[in-house]
Amino acid sequence: MSALALTLSERAAKLVLYLRYPFVQNALIVSALVALSAALLGVFLTLKRFSAIGDGLSHVAFGAAAIAAVFDIFDLSFTLPVTIIAAVIILNAGSGRRTMGDAAIAMLSTGALAVGYTVLNLFGGSANLGGDVCSALFGSAAMLTLTKSDVMLALGVTAALVILIIIFYYKLLSVTFDESFSKATGTRTGAYNLAIAIVCATVIVMGMKLAGALLISALIVFPALSAMRLFKGFASVLVTSGIIAVVGATLGVLVSILLETPVGATIAAVDVVAYGLCCLVRK
Amino acid sequence: MSFISFKNKKNKLADKKLPPHSAWGHYTKKQGTRIGRSANADVDSAEAPLVTVSDVSLSYEGRNVIEGLSFDVCRGDYLCVIGENGSGKSTLMSAILGLKKVSGGKISMNGLSRGEIGVLPQQSQVQKDFPALVEEVVITGCLGRSTKGPFMTKDARKIAFASMEKLGITSIAKRPYRELSGGQQQRVMIARALCAAEKMLVLDEPVTGLDPKSTADIYSLISHLNRAEKMTIVMVTHDVASALRYSTHILRINKDSVFFGSTEEYKTLPEASAYLDREKDDSDADIPYGEGGFRYKGGIT
Repeated sequence: MSALALTLSERAAKLVLYLRYPFVQNALIVSALVALSAALLGVFLTLKRFSAIGDGLSHVAFGAAAIAAVFDIFDLSFTLPVTIIAAVIILNAGSGRRTMGDAAIAMLSTGALAVGYTVLNLFGGSANLGGDVCSALFGSAAMLTLTKSDVMLALGVTAALVILIIIFYYKLLSVTFDESFSKATGTRTGAYNLAIAIVCATVIVMGMKLAGALLISALIVFPALSAMRLFKGFASVLVTSGIIAVVGATLGVLVSILLETPVGATIAAVDVVAYGLCCLVRK
Repeated sequence: MSFISFKNKKNKLADKKLPPHSAWGHYTKKQGTRIGRSANADVDSAEAPLVTVSDVSLSYEGRNVIEGLSFDVCRGDYLCVIGENGSGKSTLMSAILGLKKVSGGKISMNGLSRGEIGVLPQQSQVQKDFPALVEEVVITGCLGRSTKGPFMTKDARKIAFASMEKLGITSIAKRPYRELSGGQQQRVMIARALCAAEKMLVLDEPVTGLDPKSTADIYSLISHLNRAEKMTIVMVTHDVASALRYSTHILRINKDSVFFGSTEEYKTLPEASAYLDREKDDSDADIPYGEGGFRYKGGIT
């Protein structure tokens, strides 16, 4: 008992110490921002039945990031455009025929994983290839290397997303709720779908460093679904999803420091637990 | 009954009772329209039709479903579009709404812009569990008309509230949409459509999946909008008995023939008699007869 208490207090001391370091502060800020924008996007993606598309896109982002790393291109200037193009292709294929969209997602995501991993093995000069791949997929030590520019990027993307949602709130609600009605009343639904695709790609690329290609989908899907368990209005779901995400991300970073676990996986795990709690509260 | 005998019977019916397609189309253009206009003479005899469909051809997934179709919809009309599955009813509705291009002919609107048509599309699975309050759903109907920027204007809120009042759903304005009954959900969708509709309401199978009471409820509501608010109604439906009971005009599209004319005129056709017998049998009942009821009767005779 006393041993446990000792370790707990030791760990608390460690936490206080860590919180003074700028990289830990950066990690806290970036994870909260990434989680917030992922969760806001998640509300639209899950309601439009596009969750699988988000997952597929993150695989594409992994493939693109692998190629960027091998050929030593600046990560964002290659990964982001490739992912955006993939997002537009998948969304267009999906709107035509449902089954085509499904197959297209499977092809693109597995294809990108295969190409990315092969290219890394062929040309990757890294001594620790396994570790690099692991962190690209699950996002681990990368959190500690976050720079001021990463913080600024996350801040910019999140602010832009929040402002866009506030400005186009009713249009987005209308297009998400009933595309054929919106189209018939003169809304350019194609433009809104394109915007959602671009935002989705941007959030995924931004979140890759934090949660990795495989786990970023968890940050997109879980807070939105948790919020939908608790609330039944669109505005309240949107706000709650954001709150759950920010609280979950902050908790996740703190727990990951205490237990020395990977940041992305811990945040995702906290989101899973939060979803479970929400299910218990409202059946 | 084997498939072949059924097919033969159907062909016989087409041969005996209906004129060939081209002759029928001709008749549609000339006589049907004339009768339609005269039946409606007290409303607006001089006014041009709201929608004129002339010689329109439509294709769906590369297959021609409608060829050389002509009819028009006047102000105050209650037009029901009936016909078999796959005959192109919904495709025609999309074309009227401007969501689909015609492959031939022309659809013209007179004094009716796209934003002035209210639409009630078929419900999708997405909507059934969508987290939104009733008022949130209804207010999205105002998007077509409020062009004063992205935020909802006070006018838009007023319009949304007014159309909720018309449909008697102000008491459930704060309730979640997904917890409503099918009939209530359909009322919400009509309220949303009314926000957009100045003159015309287009409904795609509005009673599908509703219980008899809600079905009767929705029909009398639409009828009321048509009569009291002078709202022009265009409705795609499988419920022929109710279509005959409430509509002023009928457009019947089948693969081999097309009918357009007033409902009274359609009732004189042999193919309508089955529905009319049924109506006479239970003329006291409040509840309109669903498609299922008719099919059963068709099976016996």
